[in-house]
Amino acid sequence: MVAIPGADIPVVHTPADDKPGFWARWFYSTNHKDIGILYLIFGIFSGLLGGFLSFMMRMELATPGIDVFSSEHTYLVFVTMHGLIMIFFMVMPALIGGFGNYFLPIMIGAPDMAFPRMNNLSFWLLPVALICLLISFFVPGAAEGNGFGGAWVMYPPLSTTGSPGPAFDFIIIGLLAAGFSSIFGAINFITTILNMRAPGMTMHKMPLFAWAMLVTAFLLLLALPVLAAALFMLLTDRIEGGTAFFDPARGGDPQMFQHLFWFFGHPEVYIMILPAFGIVSHIVSTFSKKPIFGYLGMAYAMVAIGVVGFVVWAHHMYTVGMDVNVKAYFVLATLVIAVPTGVKVFSWLATMWGGSIRFTVPMLWAIGFIILFVVGGVTGVMLANAGVTTYLHDTYYVVAHFHYVLSMGAVFGIFAGWYYWYGKMFGHHYNGFLARLHFWLFFIGVNVIFFPQHFLGLNSMPRRYIDYPVEFEFWNMVSSWGAWITLASVAVFFVVLIEAFLMRNKRRVGNNYWGEGATTLEWTISSPPPYHQFSVLPRIDAGDSDPHEEVDEAYARREGDSA
Amino acid sequence: MAGAVEHDYHILPPSPWPFFAGIAALVWGLGMVVFFTGLVPRSGDGAMMEFFFARGLDTIQGRDGSGGGWIILLIGTLMAAYVMYGWWRDVAAESARGEHTPVIDLGLRYGMIMFIMQEAMFFVGWFWMFFELGLFHKFRAGWNPDILENPESYASWPPPSIETVDPWHLPLMNTLILLLSGTTVTWGHHALVHGDRKGAKWGIGLTVALGVLFLAVMAYEYTHLFHYRLEDGMNGTFWLSTNVYGSAFFMATGFHGLHVLIGAIFLFAMWARLMNGGMSPEKHFGLEAAAWYWHFVDVVWLFLFAFIYVAFV
Ligand code: HEM
Ligand SMILES: [Cu+2]
Repeated sequence: MVAIPGADIPVVHTPADDKPGFWARWFYSTNHKDIGILYLIFGIFSGLLGGFLSFMMRMELATPGIDVFSSEHTYLVFVTMHGLIMIFFMVMPALIGGFGNYFLPIMIGAPDMAFPRMNNLSFWLLPVALICLLISFFVPGAAEGNGFGGAWVMYPPLSTTGSPGPAFDFIIIGLLAAGFSSIFGAINFITTILNMRAPGMTMHKMPLFAWAMLVTAFLLLLALPVLAAALFMLLTDRIEGGTAFFDPARGGDPQMFQHLFWFFGHPEVYIMILPAFGIVSHIVSTFSKKPIFGYLGMAYAMVAIGVVGFVVWAHHMYTVGMDVNVKAYFVLATLVIAVPTGVKVFSWLATMWGGSIRFTVPMLWAIGFIILFVVGGVTGVMLANAGVTTYLHDTYYVVAHFHYVLSMGAVFGIFAGWYYWYGKMFGHHYNGFLARLHFWLFFIGVNVIFFPQHFLGLNSMPRRYIDYPVEFEFWNMVSSWGAWITLASVAVFFVVLIEAFLMRNKRRVGNNYWGEGATTLEWTISSPPPYHQFSVLPRIDAGDSDPHEEVDEAYARREGDSA
Repeated sequence: MAGAVEHDYHILPPSPWPFFAGIAALVWGLGMVVFFTGLVPRSGDGAMMEFFFARGLDTIQGRDGSGGGWIILLIGTLMAAYVMYGWWRDVAAESARGEHTPVIDLGLRYGMIMFIMQEAMFFVGWFWMFFELGLFHKFRAGWNPDILENPESYASWPPPSIETVDPWHLPLMNTLILLLSGTTVTWGHHALVHGDRKGAKWGIGLTVALGVLFLAVMAYEYTHLFHYRLEDGMNGTFWLSTNVYGSAFFMATGFHGLHVLIGAIFLFAMWARLMNGGMSPEKHFGLEAAAWYWHFVDVVWLFLFAFIYVAFV
């Protein structure tokens, strides 16, 4: 770990730090930083839960035959819940609710979010949603047993006549709650960004993380309601004597569910990755000690990804029997997204080019992100081709692809942000050696899990099965070793947390512990920030002056006024 | 960092409402599951359990040995209503105390616009479903293995057995009612801006009344369709479950009706605030937001009328 400037700065207590009592502070909160922390804790908890489910799946798949699970149905329930929990309760809360809440207002020089109460509602709907999902494990689903095993995509008829019990209704309700949480969050973020930027901070001076959050929020706002409509259709289709949307016998169209779902589902993958793009941009720039290369290009690349992301959804449906012209369109549109994505990757590289790079812990995660995201992106470009995907659809190749962008892309983004801002959020630093150990174990672990799955997929091992022919044994075994390594890395992560907590008084950090390269507004205020920052708004001037000085000046002005 | 707050944003004290809204959502969600699917079978032993946890729809549909099943949903709904009341009362009080600075007012506007945008996308989902069914029925009839026996019956839209609602009777009347209510709400708003509180009360009050009238007409139409179906033994007319035409028709118009109800309650709350002496010619964003919402509901209806009632019959 590099030397931390101002490591022994004393913690000053000021009136702006006066906090409400425990219950009011954490349950009735209207403070974006406290709510951000709640989200992060929630994300860690869900990550453990989803991770446990996937670990059990990997143990089952380590060898052919059915040995860990009691029934195939239960295995499928694990697959389903793993997918839903990781997406809606781990990645989204951590990236959007956690880092978004905590850092977006600070970065744009605002004292809080636009709607502090609604912000808390966004958070509290999530535990409610998770409780619904957890109940669903234990109530009747299909004839085969408890829980819903129809995959996170919930296609009918598996989700209608195939799963008549209340288990799936709980999932519908849970996802509606999580959806409303995100919609309210999106309204909050957009309003905050449009309405509360500090004086002088024009849109084109906004940090890239704020841009990422803006695009993400619009995707949430426009995509989730369509999912809500589709979920209501499922809800009423499931009733005896209910609607017939997805019932072919009464003229319904099950394929329409897939359209509605993926109209939400594809933007959803960008919802999960754009905030990570934003975080990585900051980290790469900080530790290359250079401003980000092609700032405007970076911002508008995200806008382009967001817009085009709405018109590519049917690349998830190449095998449903679509017309070949329709497929041709979706291939083209999907490949077009590779262009702005390329802009992003090359701009990160160009930022590092010629910079004085410091391989700090967050930088490792950011570089890991770039490498692995590119791997996932390249397999994505392959899967964009309808002809290729006719063969690879629903094989482990797809599983490998989306885990490279999610389990490595989004999750590396989360850890990068965590290690970048840890000192800012908690006021002390972690042990660099342990954090590096965490990184390397995780990096190796997930690659060992998922790289062999490309081979399995190319050899047509289908996904969502509890068992497989012995031919696939070797690479599955390797993949399951990877799960052990990943488990070890998660253990190290908790050692990092505990160690850092125990040593907190010895490793206090100052305002800007990363030094020169860190230029956004959060580095101008104390670590941890006061309970309410920016009682005096910072002013951002037209030139490319240093924001640190801006803030100092603003406070100096104020002190002068009151003297 | 310390010292006086020198900005115009809202730093709110902690508030219990969001947390209790979460609790209400949990109870409501449990109620929904119980109501639609039920957690215990209606086996006849354990009357208490069944009253609370057996399928509530059985009760509505009048199945034998059924009762209850709706109580948790009701409790959840009441809890949610109470939370909303308390929450918005706080907001109104803050506004009355002058805490809503111009920048906060602007933020509320942004927020309401976003909210209406997401509502619009919700209806996009229903319209998309409807258009797909209405435009591509021939393709579905061609490939759908379940209906290969009588593809003709699905090769036209609406399906031939369906006798659709005549758009130029009740639906036209409802269109006129909603259009009229769009003018009354504007009247009420402008009256308030010009300091004519009496006119504002009349305008908003009439809008609420027209909204209720709209809902009454819609309820009449629904019951008519329902009974006609029963007398006719399913022939001719349709219900939610008859086939996908009925599903799309009832769910799209039904969700619109629900939004009319929400809009009418929203306007009613604003009317009540007016009657209690609240809101001023300068500060009345709540009323404006309700008016925006009302216009939105109005526009959705025009689309429903144009496409579901008029174009695709
Ligand atoms: C590193 C730990 C992880 C492991 C070992 C793991 C393992 C697995 C396995 C074995 C499956 C089942 C594949 C199949 O049969 O189709 C799966 C599915 C899935 N995983 Fe992961 N996963 C991990 C992390 C993640 C993360 C972080 C995310 C998302 C952010 C994620 C999202 C999904 C999704 C969406 C599915 C598809 C579920 C479905 O088919 O319904 N996974 N994962
Ligand atoms: Cu996609």
